[in-house]
Amino acid sequence: MSRPGFVLEVDKSTPPVLFHHGEGFRLEKLPAGRSRIVYPAEPLDPLPDPDAAIRHALENPIDSDPLPALLRPGMKLTIAFDDLSLPLPPMRRPDVRQRVIECVLDMAAEAGVDDVELIAALALHRRMTESELRWVLGDRIYDAFAPSGRLRNFDAEDPDDLAFLGTTSEGEEVEICRRAAESDLLVYVNINLVAMDGGWKSTATGLASYRSLRHHHNVRTLRHSRSLMDRHRSELHHSNWRMGKVIREAGVRIFQIETTLNNDVFGSELPLGVLQKREWEWTLRDRASFMALQAGLAAMPARARRAAFQAWRAPHQITSVQAGEVEAVHERTIANVHRQQLVDVEGQTDILTMGLPYICPYNVNSVMNPILVMCLGLGYFFNLYRGKPLVRPGGVVIMSHPTRPEFHPVHHPSYIDFYEQVLSETTDPAEIEAKYEEEFAYDEWYRHLYRTSYAYHGVHPLYMWYWGAHALEYLGDVIVLGGDPEAVRRLGFRPASTLDDALEMASQTVGPHATITHLHCPPLLLANVV
Amino acid sequence: MKALVVRRRPSRFAAAKLAGALVPGSGASVGVLELDDLPVPDAPGSGWPLVFPRLAGICGSDLQTVDAAASEWFEPIVSFPFVPGHEVVVDVPGEGRRVLEAVLGCLPRDLPPCPACVRGDVGACQNLERGSVEPGLQTGFCSSVGGGWSVAFRAHTSQLVAVPDTLSDEDAVMVEPTACAVHAVAKARPAPDERVVVIGAGTLGLLAVAAACRLYRPGHVTVAARYAHQKRWALEFGADEVCDPQSLVRVVRRQTGSVLVGSGGRSRLTSGADVVVDAVGSPESLESAFAVCRPRGRVVLLGMPGRARVDLTPLWHREITLVGAYAYGVEHLATAEPVSEENGSVRGEAEPRRGEGGRRSFDLALDLVGELRLGRLVSATYPLSRFREALRHAAEAGPRGAVKIAFDMRDDRERERLLRAAEEGLRAEEALR
Repeated sequence: MSRPGFVLEVDKSTPPVLFHHGEGFRLEKLPAGRSRIVYPAEPLDPLPDPDAAIRHALENPIDSDPLPALLRPGMKLTIAFDDLSLPLPPMRRPDVRQRVIECVLDMAAEAGVDDVELIAALALHRRMTESELRWVLGDRIYDAFAPSGRLRNFDAEDPDDLAFLGTTSEGEEVEICRRAAESDLLVYVNINLVAMDGGWKSTATGLASYRSLRHHHNVRTLRHSRSLMDRHRSELHHSNWRMGKVIREAGVRIFQIETTLNNDVFGSELPLGVLQKREWEWTLRDRASFMALQAGLAAMPARARRAAFQAWRAPHQITSVQAGEVEAVHERTIANVHRQQLVDVEGQTDILTMGLPYICPYNVNSVMNPILVMCLGLGYFFNLYRGKPLVRPGGVVIMSHPTRPEFHPVHHPSYIDFYEQVLSETTDPAEIEAKYEEEFAYDEWYRHLYRTSYAYHGVHPLYMWYWGAHALEYLGDVIVLGGDPEAVRRLGFRPASTLDDALEMASQTVGPHATITHLHCPPLLLANVV
Repeated sequence: MKALVVRRRPSRFAAAKLAGALVPGSGASVGVLELDDLPVPDAPGSGWPLVFPRLAGICGSDLQTVDAAASEWFEPIVSFPFVPGHEVVVDVPGEGRRVLEAVLGCLPRDLPPCPACVRGDVGACQNLERGSVEPGLQTGFCSSVGGGWSVAFRAHTSQLVAVPDTLSDEDAVMVEPTACAVHAVAKARPAPDERVVVIGAGTLGLLAVAAACRLYRPGHVTVAARYAHQKRWALEFGADEVCDPQSLVRVVRRQTGSVLVGSGGRSRLTSGADVVVDAVGSPESLESAFAVCRPRGRVVLLGMPGRARVDLTPLWHREITLVGAYAYGVEHLATAEPVSEENGSVRGEAEPRRGEGGRRSFDLALDLVGELRLGRLVSATYPLSRFREALRHAAEAGPRGAVKIAFDMRDDRERERLLRAAEEGLRAEEALR
């Protein structure tokens, strides 16, 4: 039985608290009497028999005929699945997508369906490599489908594989993968790691082109998504849901399979297991293990440290699987996400502190560049709330990360240009959008690399910047603790070398007796701020 | 008289080469350059007044000299010992302030003008080692006449260009390098719709930006600059975009919508800029220039590379025109008729901004210096006695936030005495007449 998340008021006896810091960690003493720590719940118990649960969900869907009843010989079946941006970190094998898709394929085989195609729903993310696809789907699926071209990465720039389905009531164009749109049945297999994922966002985003995505991946929409983790108050989701209506009315038949995972990111084994424990419960062995971990990391070259972290596979376990009609399924999914992640927090704070880990959705097997640091901090962690942001309007975010100006040259080519050329000129999302979006979106070289190499789409770094648009507008200051000063300034933030310095700097904005809330993530939580 | 002098001393040159390679500008510390008491130079002929420097700039070529890094190419057209200094604003007794057109062409040498000098293209003079003065491509490299890093030297009347009262001494000392930049840009003659890249934003790079933007107004000017102050100046002088040198290929790629081919040192663009001015003159900058220059574009060498190991494949493979630029002369500002990328068709000629025929680079430079108050680029001045510091400062101008460093002789007592004596002599001469 896992213990729920909770809020700890910091007093003099509270030990130093863990801050993730890229490929490392910091222990920081928070000021007593005005600080609190929001802890995530412990990992929920997993489904005892996930394969049975999956089969049960497919045979007993919500607001839909059972999957076997939807399958017939001669039909065109497409199975789309979330790409490697989920879950974080990647999970140990077998990945939940492999389990679900194997079950779907077994049913399709039993029904005599021959025309089956598997598509990684990348949207504008980079293509998955063979080894990544093998990891997610398993060798059996890969070897059965990839050689004949029936397993592929979605290409949002392939005009022959895009279908325009119409426009929403708000004039948003809906253009998605032609194969998916023209199939007799589209089965979408998702991983709902956070409340933002899933629902219509699966198809309307994961299988959409830039023409379609630009209607909700923009500054206006993201400034009005409060938060991205609360679809009822998220303009991004409203747009996706409107697009979903167009997709449905265009006759696209979708069987949505959504899964949730527990937040078992680091497991219980040392040395990483200590990261999931509450600091005052650390045993002597835990402390020794943590110190050894710190010393070992400090002795490693940066490249080796990154490789070691990127090699980590999390012991996430499946906590739910539900299938059927998109919206009905998603409601149940969200309830399951909340069951694991929701933590009640009373009132807002002046200063929100967060330790940013080594990974975000866009640097799996890659490099966390400064733009992704901004996106993880102000786009994702800032948005881990329901109701009101954890930090008050005009408050300060202090995020801890090395923020090195390092880029993966293959994965993030347009990020390099964005960082060097755009951010040196302006950090204002609206200005960036107006001046640069089309240039980056339609750039032939970026397009070429997205389609043929393993590069994120040209416009992607701008989207990452927009992701933080609400926070940038909302906050009074952003301070990066332990970040490369030049890179931090390039982002438009202020560098601080110690937490005391950061708090001192923050006091210029929120006063000397400001309240502090530390977001103890990962594992992830969703603050229900009342 | 007080002067900084360079003598031919092989052992010291070797030491300077080593010192300069380790710490640029430190060749001055090992004795290539000495502060000495020299006799006032005799006039090599008629029309050689004694002139008295007010300010004398330190140029990249001077730094090469001090660090013994200058090319052996110059051996036959330099005579030792020489007093450096060719970016000079001087007092001419009885006439006022003048700037020096430093090239020692046929007129100062008392020779019938060669074809280049007939055209006014003194930079291309064919007689730099002949005539009534010792070999020397310019004042500042010739043993007969002295140079600007002194309290007095000889200048031929044909070399002296009047300085308007509206210009400060700092403005005036920028005229000679500005003339060089004008000449280099005029070699490229960018058309109004063309894209220009300037690599390097030291003195000459910045002046090239100013000249390109003022004289030609090309479609877009990008400057690769290492330091923040250089970027600020480049933008002030009309650049549309500035970037770090390592970003240049990517910046031009994005601007031109072209594709980056290859990786690392082999990366280049499928298209690129129409005109690239290399104001650095290193193998790396030249390779950058080739990488960002479009096929059939033009690269102008404003920097001063000597022996350089450079892959010239892009030059022939992309049919790039590599243009040298040295000194100044007479400029015809009409824009070029560049060969386009499409099968060599020719573009129409744009209207020149100034004048119909040729104008002397110096006249254009005087205008430009006045318009932009280019004296603002003079970041620090030193007396001759602190020449080692001055040269180190000049060599480290970029990282130290400076652009142009100059010697300031205006308060030198010896100079005052010599100038007064010359003026009194002149008055006495006039009284006799």
